[in-house]
Amino acid sequence: MISTRQGTMSTPKIRLAGLRKSFGSKVVLDGVDLEIRPGHSMVILGGSGSGKSVTLKCILGLIPPDEGLIEIDGRDVATLSRREREEVNDRIGMLFQNGALFDSLPVWENVCFKLLAQGRISRRAARDKAAEVLAQVGLAASVGDLSPSELSGGMQKRVGLARAIAAEPDIIFFDEPTTGLDPIMGAVIDGLIVDVVKRLGATAVSITHDMASARRIGDDAAMIHKGRIIWRGEARSLGDTGNAMVDQFARGEREGPIQMELRK
Amino acid sequence: MDRILDPVAALGRLVIGLLRGTGAIALFAAEAISHLVRPPFYGRLFLKAFIEIAWFSLPVVALTAVFTGMVLALQSYTGFARFNAEGAVANVVVLSITRELGPVLAGLMVAGRIGAAFAAEIGTMRVTDQIDALSTLSTNPMKYLVAPRLLAGTLALPLLVIVADTLGVMGGWLIGTQQLGFGSGAYLKATFDFLQVADVVSGLIKAAVFGFIITLMGCWSGYRSGGGAQGVGRATTSAVVASSILILAVDYVLTAVLFSR
Ligand SMILES: Nc1ncnc2c1ncn2[C@@H]1O[C@H](COP(=O)(O)OP(=O)(O)OP(=O)(O)O)[C@@H](O)[C@H]1O
Ligand SMILES: [Mg+2]
Repeated sequence: MISTRQGTMSTPKIRLAGLRKSFGSKVVLDGVDLEIRPGHSMVILGGSGSGKSVTLKCILGLIPPDEGLIEIDGRDVATLSRREREEVNDRIGMLFQNGALFDSLPVWENVCFKLLAQGRISRRAARDKAAEVLAQVGLAASVGDLSPSELSGGMQKRVGLARAIAAEPDIIFFDEPTTGLDPIMGAVIDGLIVDVVKRLGATAVSITHDMASARRIGDDAAMIHKGRIIWRGEARSLGDTGNAMVDQFARGEREGPIQMELRK
Repeated sequence: MDRILDPVAALGRLVIGLLRGTGAIALFAAEAISHLVRPPFYGRLFLKAFIEIAWFSLPVVALTAVFTGMVLALQSYTGFARFNAEGAVANVVVLSITRELGPVLAGLMVAGRIGAAFAAEIGTMRVTDQIDALSTLSTNPMKYLVAPRLLAGTLALPLLVIVADTLGVMGGWLIGTQQLGFGSGAYLKATFDFLQVADVVSGLIKAAVFGFIITLMGCWSGYRSGGGAQGVGRATTSAVVASSILILAVDYVLTAVLFSR
């Protein structure tokens, strides 16, 4: 047991090396290198438009990178067949930044979509399962019968979160899980993320702008700026890392090495 | 020299663009079709699309067909009266409707309704990341979104055209008996004596092809859309325009092929 644990410890769950992506002439990722340890929670910080969401979409294979290596469990995903790629994605859960709920389906079907798609659950059992997962994100079972368009923004986010964790994935990506939630609900969701990572032994990658949240959910943290990872360290140390850029970002200060490109 | 060649270069670009577009659409269609023969199958989604196309298009298609049959009877009567050939009205109505106007008009009507609806729905799913979400939820978006719709369109249009054919003939019959002084039995006898199975079947083949074109262009435009609400609007317009033009062009080709003997 210990030896396998150490065996997996040596290979990162996800490894990015030299990842590059441009849209037209706009360089978004300019050589991202990052390793994410299995069973740990990584928080990615970075300014708006710095390529955080694009990075996650590259790992999921939704956006083809221009260059660079993506390894999941030590396997280069570029060499996988379509079937193998689908099998890898079967074990990944993703909360999209804008929720991306299916508006043609009721909430309960959204939540259990993956379990239903994989044939792991009957439609009849799915309603109960949905109620159970919705309860974990603080939503009443009756929400299950609503359509996503009938939900508030924060409720949509929580349904998206429920959908991401319902199939109990090994790897979970949270793109701004607490943006748009009130502070108490934000703390509840942070607790849930920590709990899911512990309970499932999952590896989590979260994008957040909220430093309190980053410290609560992260073991490790990394900061992306101008298409590169400029710092990585312990999430606990955020705000006091000794890196001027990270500290400026964490404390939300206007003056510092990061200059917002605003016209005066 | 460069100046002179400018239009040539422009033409070349246009042709290359067209070829590339056609190739991409063909690949898209081939992939969607390949999903129709590999499980899982989404019967529920097929049924939903089929009802959306066949059932909810019935009113427009029916109205168009009835009025077209009525106008055809009136116009051909006016024309044939000049040759003392009024008796041919029933034949002209049934031939024009089954071979040509039934499938083409039903196709154009459905292109407006369904091409636009599919492009808007799938386009919105694209720009709100719902298509990406599908692939993270163990579901192939081509199989889930495109394949059932293509099949539904291909099967629903012939059904609609059977209705359109019937109602078109009825429209002609109505004007023939009420206004032009034909006897009811004689009009119907003239209609069916003259009609051949090939006339109806060729119309139904056209209808199936048009149904495929409409749903393909709707799904393709939506699938490839980007750029927010504006992009979805553009996708919707281009789906309707492209499928309408393609229907008319393919109609010519099919007519030439089906009646080449
Ligand atoms: N499909 C696309 N086509 C063109 N440009 C894109 C596309 N997706 C992202 N971009 C560009 O890539 C850059 C990074 O986008 P991304 O969504 O990764 O930002 P982000 O770091 O997640 O920002 P935020 O914190 O605001 O969500 C942006 O400037 C955006 O304009
Ligand atoms: Mg983002």
